[in-house]
Amino acid sequence: MTNNTGTERVKRGMAEMQKGGVIMDVVNAEQAKIAEAAGAVAVMALERVPSDIRAAGGVARMADPTITEEVLNAVSIPVMAKARIGHIVEARVLEAMGADYIDESEVLTPADDVYHINKSDFTVPFVCGCRNLGEAARRIGEGASMLRTKGEPGTGNIVEAVRHMRQVQSEIRKVTSMSRDEVMTYAKEIGAPFELLLDIREEGRLPVVNFAAGGIATPSDAALMMELGADGVFVGSGIFKSDNPEKFAKSIVEATTHYQDYKLIAELSKDLGTAMKGVEMSTLEAGDRMQDRSE
Amino acid sequence: MITIGVLALQGAVREHMRSIETCAAKAIEIKHKEQLADIDGLILPGGESTTMRRLIDSYGFFEAIQQFGKQGKPIFGTCAGLILMADEVEEQVQSHLALMDMKVARNAFGRQVASFEASLDIKYAGNDFKAVFIRAPYITKVGPKVEILATWQDKIVAAKQDNYLCTAFHPELTDDNRIMQYFVSMVKQREGSPVAAEI
Repeated sequence: MTNNTGTERVKRGMAEMQKGGVIMDVVNAEQAKIAEAAGAVAVMALERVPSDIRAAGGVARMADPTITEEVLNAVSIPVMAKARIGHIVEARVLEAMGADYIDESEVLTPADDVYHINKSDFTVPFVCGCRNLGEAARRIGEGASMLRTKGEPGTGNIVEAVRHMRQVQSEIRKVTSMSRDEVMTYAKEIGAPFELLLDIREEGRLPVVNFAAGGIATPSDAALMMELGADGVFVGSGIFKSDNPEKFAKSIVEATTHYQDYKLIAELSKDLGTAMKGVEMSTLEAGDRMQDRSE
Repeated sequence: MITIGVLALQGAVREHMRSIETCAAKAIEIKHKEQLADIDGLILPGGESTTMRRLIDSYGFFEAIQQFGKQGKPIFGTCAGLILMADEVEEQVQSHLALMDMKVARNAFGRQVASFEASLDIKYAGNDFKAVFIRAPYITKVGPKVEILATWQDKIVAAKQDNYLCTAFHPELTDDNRIMQYFVSMVKQREGSPVAAEI
């Protein structure tokens, strides 16, 4: 009898169990408990939610371990935490603390502007952002067990998440219809591992789950992303920056489950109070676009 | 052909659907309790048990699933599904559907970094079964009616009680369909029995 931890199946399988669910950003134990009670499938422990990171400026790093520990002890659902892109040590620290999933995230200031972490080396699974099939395939190639759209974090504006989800889906359809000899040139064009593209062509889908993230602010936004083929959603600033986080969190969870039940979504959307204010993309300076921090 | 439903509120639904179809049964996703009338057996998939429970309550599934079980129709729970089926949950005041006379511990093998694969021998399903344990529970205590089907390092990880079947691991994440085949046979057996005809 053998006993193997950290296998590809165990790491990808963990993300499969999150499907159809909502993962919520939290900054303390109290918020984590609200998220769990509302039906979140996991929480993301952070020092600041993306909209506050955006407002604060400067270098955003891994959260103070005190916060991550507080959240780990507060809930029984899985706890994710963010490490800077390429920051091997932040990731190792989070793994050592017992985080259930690490988000190598563009929301934090990248530590390496060339290389991502070689995630296959780790026992803990990773989620990474992607805007297109090339990025998705490179992250999977590095060992990511789960993907999410990058969107534009902390804006409360869904347009970029929609763009990224549609782009990935459209490129998957494209590769599915290619002949084998076309795939190599396509792999070269988008910078994707050839063998992985062959698998995607065969299966008609990515080998890992792909959630929506970056700009989801209402129950309808969450349902829209599910409609477009997301396996689940991350909600960052949207919940705890709203007027009534408890109600908001529950509504987003139910809208994600029943994303095609429009009467229900209408009910869920009533009297929610004001959603987060939101940012129009054209007002963002190039340097403020978190999604462009890596490829 | 028999029809097996997968409770599709949250979790690994697609994998179970594929597994059911591989075993030559019809698979449908169950999102509303009224659909329970259309199926011969039900699967409670893996996912987050707290999330699923909340959604079970929101959509009136709680009594509907218990009723489904009381009619003698087979129910199969994997991981979170097993937790939902237990009479008692360690460190929790309340259990969930309380279908099986057993006590379970959640995340009993540890956090995600401790998740593992192991080879198991499972009664009725066969030997050398590749079992995938993800933040898995195990059964800490069983009543007299519960039959233990598999253990891993002395922990109970698969069990059966009358029309109820459960595993702490995820058979749906591998291509080995032997446990699903056994569940399909449980459903077929009931459909062919005189008891089923009376109800």
